[in-house]
Amino acid sequence: MRDESQPLPEPGQPDPSRRAFLKHSSALAALALTPPVALTAIDHSLDERLAAAFEQLPLQVRINGQAQQLSVEPRVTLLDLLREQLGLTGTKKGCDHGQCGACTVHVDGQRVNACLTLALTTEGREVTTIEGLGSEDKLHCMQEAFLRHDGFQCGYCTPGQIMSAVACVREGHADTPEQVREYMSGNICRCGAYANIVAAILDVKASGQKV
Amino acid sequence: MNPFSYARVTTPPAAVAARTQQPGSYFLAGGTNLVDLLKRGVVVPEKLVDITRLPLTAIEATPTGLRIGALAKNSTVADHELVRRQFPLLSQALNAGASAQLRNMATVGGNMLQRTRCAYFYDTSLPCNKRVPVQAGPDKGQPNGPTGCGALGGYNRMHAIFGADAGVAAPKCIAVHPSDMCVALAALEATVVVVGPKGERRIAFRDFHRLPGDNPRQDTTLGADELITAVEVPANELAAHSTYLKVRDRASYAFALVSVAAGLQLEGTTIRQARLAMGGVAHKPWRLFEAEQFLRGKPATLATFQQAATLAMKGAKGYGENDFKLTLAPNSLVEALTLATTPA
Ligand SMILES: Cc1cc2nc3c(=O)[nH]c(=O)nc-3n(C[C@H](O)[C@H](O)[C@H](O)COP(=O)(O)OP(=O)(O)OC[C@H]3O[C@@H](n4cnc5c(N)ncnc54)[C@H](O)[C@@H]3O)c2cc1C
Ligand code: SF4
Ligand code: FES
Ligand code: FES
Repeated sequence: MRDESQPLPEPGQPDPSRRAFLKHSSALAALALTPPVALTAIDHSLDERLAAAFEQLPLQVRINGQAQQLSVEPRVTLLDLLREQLGLTGTKKGCDHGQCGACTVHVDGQRVNACLTLALTTEGREVTTIEGLGSEDKLHCMQEAFLRHDGFQCGYCTPGQIMSAVACVREGHADTPEQVREYMSGNICRCGAYANIVAAILDVKASGQKV
Repeated sequence: MNPFSYARVTTPPAAVAARTQQPGSYFLAGGTNLVDLLKRGVVVPEKLVDITRLPLTAIEATPTGLRIGALAKNSTVADHELVRRQFPLLSQALNAGASAQLRNMATVGGNMLQRTRCAYFYDTSLPCNKRVPVQAGPDKGQPNGPTGCGALGGYNRMHAIFGADAGVAAPKCIAVHPSDMCVALAALEATVVVVGPKGERRIAFRDFHRLPGDNPRQDTTLGADELITAVEVPANELAAHSTYLKVRDRASYAFALVSVAAGLQLEGTTIRQARLAMGGVAHKPWRLFEAEQFLRGKPATLATFQQAATLAMKGAKGYGENDFKLTLAPNSLVEALTLATTPA
């Protein structure tokens, strides 16, 4: 439904209500295409958890230190779970195909692309997002270093850059500018803030602070 | 993404059983390729069998070499002490692939079975023989797009120069296998250990991936209901003189245009043994058997390397945009051999 306070989209511009309609209708098409076999129960003697398509499965996962008991569909990615279901919109969706790093989060302390992680695979794991890194009154030292060094312009890639940068230092891959560039190559910045990002990371590393 | 059901298994037999019972199911490991393919509608599974909890992550020394569990993460393998010491080629190749994040997710088994990056394969509105059975004929409304090879006569800058026409009158698919790790494993003569409904089976790495021939849908010789459990790498004398050279459009985080895995065993300046494989040039990691044999007993000089490169290029064929690989490949081979013989 169109929000009346918003101006009508310019001709040739995407119309948000039309987008919503397309989303809705493709969901209906998907329902019609559900393979019947996926809707039938499967042998329970196997040591597995099973579910029919469309069924919400229980998911227990710790997110930013908080135990969560959730219900998710098998096809939901960790990125969509964080953003759409939990309102943790700090983690960004850039490409949704593993190519940009904007969605970088930590799972059990390892940096991963949330857009290619199916949420159910995080059962029992510990997920940390940019919201869980520091707090509003006490930023994480990597967040402070990004501010100090102007490690961003539009800021869209920044949460992913910072999550990746923290992991990069923890892994011991931040010894030289070359090494930082290599191990940060999974985070693309369209604004080209790379030089300042590398400087911020090397600064944190040189300071010897606990990251 | 179409809906599917989900099952988490904790033992290899349960994984195989789940797959056998429902042919429309797929194993899910790191998900870095499969989830991408689901989002694009290239793979439309009925069920995903999550194998990430299988106890197949160990990396252990054996009497004959090293055994690497199929669910070991690419980053873990690359940084593992034993791998770095005994098989620096494997470590280098892994670290040349993808990004730090993706390597933390990607598994050894998944890396072997990753699909080509041919752009036509990923776009279900474009013709591709790899998505659709060749026999199906022109588009008869298959949900998975029209047949034919879009890359032949189309955008084929990343595509194969070797082996596409083997066994067929005209090529049906000129895609390349995109893995870096597999190029190293081919040169290291690894063995793939798999388990299926009939038990365990071992596949020599050179027989694991296949050429497209008449059936480009099939990337490997793995059975549909077989699970990769491990890769075994035999001990060798190549560690001191090995190099993985990857040539790509940017310095990092890009697939290879051409890559070379080179391992030499030298006695003084004489080559005792050579192992060579190339990536980005064929539907499978491309071993250079003839060049290897030629190098045995020869002096490690630029002239020998150039002769080996000429031999290696026999039968190479460009398809237009990728003609530059006919020059890039031999040059890369000479460069890799030179780097392998240069003391670090
Ligand atoms: C942006 C991007 C850049 C990349 N760059 C590179 C690069 O430069 N070099 C490179 O080599 N790779 C690169 N990759 C590919 C990456 O290495 C692969 O996606 C990864 O190795 C796949 O492993 P996975 O565990 O995530 O597999 P999945 O995606 O989980 O699975 C892939 C396939 O293997 C099957 N499978 C998985 N494990 C098993 C098993 N044990 N037994 C049987 N079947 C199994 C699955 O069913 C599926 O069909 C890149 C990927 C992306 C997204
Ligand atoms: S090269 Fe292979 S994967 Fe690419 S369009 Fe042709 S058939 Fe499909
Ligand atoms: S949104 Fe995940 S890598 Fe781009
Ligand atoms: S700051 Fe704009 S994309 Fe990086």
